[in-house]
Amino acid sequence: MELTLHVSLGEGSCAKQPMSRKRSYSVLPGFGLTMGYTLTYLSLIVLIPLAALIVRAASMSLEQFWAAAFNPRVMASYRITFGTSLVAALVNSVFGFIVAWSLVRYRFVGRKLLDALIDLPFAIPTAVSGIALTAIYDRNGILGHTLFQWGIKSALSPLGICIALTFISLPFVVRTLQPALEEMDGESEEAAMCLGASRWETFRRVIFPALFPSLLTGFALAFARSLGEYGSVVFISGNLPMKTEITSLLIITKFEQHDHLGATAIAIVMLVASFAILMSINGLQWYLAKKFRG
Amino acid sequence: MSVENKHGIQDPLWVQWTLITITIGFVAIFLALPVAIIFAEALKDGLKTYAIALKDPAAWSAIHLTLLVTAISVPVNTVFGLAASWAIAKFEFKGKSLLLTLIDIPFAVSPVISGFIYVLLFGLQGWFGQTLSDWGFKVIFAVPGIVLVTIFVTFPFVARELIPLMQEQGNDEEQAAISLGAKGWQTFFYVTLPNIRWGLLYGVILCNARAMGEFGAVSVVSGSIRGKTATLPLHVEVLYNGFNVPAAFAMASLLALVGLLTLALKTYLEWKVKQQRRELALVNE
Amino acid sequence: MDLMWKHTFGWLSLWLVSVALTGCDGSSQRGEGGVKKVQLLNVSYDPTREFYQEFNESFAAHWKATKNEEVYVEQSHGGAGKQARAVMDGLEADVITLALGYDIDVIAERTKLLPLDWQSKFPKNSAPYSSTIVFLVRKGNPKGIKDWADLEKEGIEIITPNPKTSGGARWNYLAAWGAALAKELGGMEGIRKATPEQRAAADKKARAFIESIFRKVPVLDSGARGATNSFVQRQLGDVLLTWENEAFLALKESGGDQVEVVVPKLSILAEPPVAVVDEYAKKHGTQEIAKAYLEHLYSPQGQQLAAKHFFRPNSAELISTEQMAKFAEVELFQLKDIWGSWAEAQKVHFDDGGIFDQIYQPK
Repeated sequence: MELTLHVSLGEGSCAKQPMSRKRSYSVLPGFGLTMGYTLTYLSLIVLIPLAALIVRAASMSLEQFWAAAFNPRVMASYRITFGTSLVAALVNSVFGFIVAWSLVRYRFVGRKLLDALIDLPFAIPTAVSGIALTAIYDRNGILGHTLFQWGIKSALSPLGICIALTFISLPFVVRTLQPALEEMDGESEEAAMCLGASRWETFRRVIFPALFPSLLTGFALAFARSLGEYGSVVFISGNLPMKTEITSLLIITKFEQHDHLGATAIAIVMLVASFAILMSINGLQWYLAKKFRG
Repeated sequence: MSVENKHGIQDPLWVQWTLITITIGFVAIFLALPVAIIFAEALKDGLKTYAIALKDPAAWSAIHLTLLVTAISVPVNTVFGLAASWAIAKFEFKGKSLLLTLIDIPFAVSPVISGFIYVLLFGLQGWFGQTLSDWGFKVIFAVPGIVLVTIFVTFPFVARELIPLMQEQGNDEEQAAISLGAKGWQTFFYVTLPNIRWGLLYGVILCNARAMGEFGAVSVVSGSIRGKTATLPLHVEVLYNGFNVPAAFAMASLLALVGLLTLALKTYLEWKVKQQRRELALVNE
Repeated sequence: MDLMWKHTFGWLSLWLVSVALTGCDGSSQRGEGGVKKVQLLNVSYDPTREFYQEFNESFAAHWKATKNEEVYVEQSHGGAGKQARAVMDGLEADVITLALGYDIDVIAERTKLLPLDWQSKFPKNSAPYSSTIVFLVRKGNPKGIKDWADLEKEGIEIITPNPKTSGGARWNYLAAWGAALAKELGGMEGIRKATPEQRAAADKKARAFIESIFRKVPVLDSGARGATNSFVQRQLGDVLLTWENEAFLALKESGGDQVEVVVPKLSILAEPPVAVVDEYAKKHGTQEIAKAYLEHLYSPQGQQLAAKHFFRPNSAELISTEQMAKFAEVELFQLKDIWGSWAEAQKVHFDDGGIFDQIYQPK
């Protein structure tokens, strides 16, 4: 018997928003089994190891923790990490928007190829990206050579870190915007135009607000991913304390100096930050889902 | 029917061309160029570099290890992804948002931290390290540790792909099957699985690519014993640090090739789905 | 529809089978047959990989000849700090051959994997070979860097790794500091005779010198080899501070037409020590062979190989004069002449809040 009635594919990345309808939940079996399995596996792989981190930190006094997690050098690394991640996420929001817009709304030669290329940073190992980006943006690199002559330090500088982070986090913005752009119906913008709104006004008042939640989600995902990036950054960044040292590198440096506690304290701060960002993304989606359901 | 009509008004041509140019330029410089560089460097001296790089037994051992680690971590995370998405998408319960966030954590946590927490657990100075060592069981600096951190960093991939998909599809078909007397497993295998298979495959592909390419986390727990606990990305580093840059790029290009194949497969899958939809539309008419 | 599903399933199973097939035979290198096979793990620092690769073969031949046992020595290399950390966390090295004694001291103090007096187990403070810190400059020495004082010139860039994680970087740093002291106080003799006040004044000068060096460092790699790559591969900087052996190796690997080695008049005697990690060796039953492995470093073959790979052998009499000729005359001072012990130097300079950290703090 052919039970399958329709097939659909999640075209977006892992960040696609749930578009759920109201429905009853009681009939289906397997909740206990699957939930039990999910929680057990989650605990074994994620929660217990993270608990180890927190227990380890608990052996510190508050002053110790404070000194380890918020001394000037660590603070500088937070500033660099958060600052460059923010810049990368903003750059990707602008260019990712343009890329997604072009890919969905226009038809041109090579569009399919371009669309496939967007996922490259997902598919290529970060260390490999790091080596490749260095070959391009380093002082003697293919583009870096010229950029440095113009006085633009595209490697060994915060700008270099931004470049690496922009590379690895681009897919998030594009892949969250694409489905939203595809699902938009043309009616409201046509209506706005009919009512005499200019093209720009239509974009600003009708299209952009409709896309904004997806853009925000993509931005937040790109930002969260950038905060933790390590492999691609260490090659292109100069790794100088206070100047170009990212937090991930600082954690591993502490670790290799046999300073487990110092590494733990910084790791906890980063963990809390990532958790907060993820929580707000999920909260945002929950809020939007509720708003759309009415 | 052309696709454009669906998307409201057409932008003026000059806007279209400007935006398309920016798109192509951005993708070419930021995404395509790095990959081109890898292959250009690897092929500088022709295919000879590959022959030499692949003569090294350490290269083969790295390939073996990478495949082994992937072969364990991907199925394990796939089973988890299926279970988690069933529980989360098909049922309503309190704390769903928190659970989703917890599942997402490995994706946002620095790979360095991922490696570090496993050392805290299984390292000799960690919680279980001494006991395991007394039993003669090695986790850190051995294959189990590498597998564990790889599972950790690829943990959310399949689940995150399936949850929105299953939520979108709703429960109607499954409920119909159950009310027609199908068992739970039957319903899952004959109704749910066919519905989500492309999404599932997409999740598996992404998970696979990440599992093969993980560097930071694996580097912390591997010990980089040449020919034993070095995965392919670590082997690239070993070569890069061994005055052997051409070979490093050759091995890196293998990884990039896997990435490109991944993308090709994914594009093919999407095309298949569209084709299928079109067929369905015809049947329905 | 069914066809499609089978298609998918086919892909998945094909992938699983192929992966399982290639994955299976990964661990079949252990011995069967008549000859006993032994494995040793040597955890070492960054620039020794080429040397130990050749030395391991030499030792395997030696062991086969004397004991009729096959031995396969596994290698792991990285920044000294990372390697010491890994051994402490359970990387079961039978022997460790690290960049400096302090890292082994830390292992001994914190884990009891080896005795605190490990350094007395082998001749010459367990240092079978030594090295020193020299400069690697671009071909033709365009910036005219001849000695330590030239590093103060404005407009040059210096490459050295991060002393927090690299052993070689710590030797670089201490060599520079010692050279500055010697300049202030009139040579090593002057340092020995200096009053505490004179010494304090000279230390201040030395600190300013170190600060001026690190102001000119554009990139801090985590290990010595990373720094060499930055200098040779990435073409960064005008001068690389590095091990003598690493400098000669880089010269050889780059074909001799890109860089040249400059040896300063005074430098530090850098003694990378070796030790058996007793607890791990006991566990593996490899105590005897691990000891023999390290003793082989002191043998004529071991010393000759060390010299071949540009390490200064400890028994120069075992080496031909032609071989020794490549090692330039240089006045070498010892760490203990200036700081007393590694622990002291580590505490003052490299621990958290130490002088190295202060250099990077905004004033």
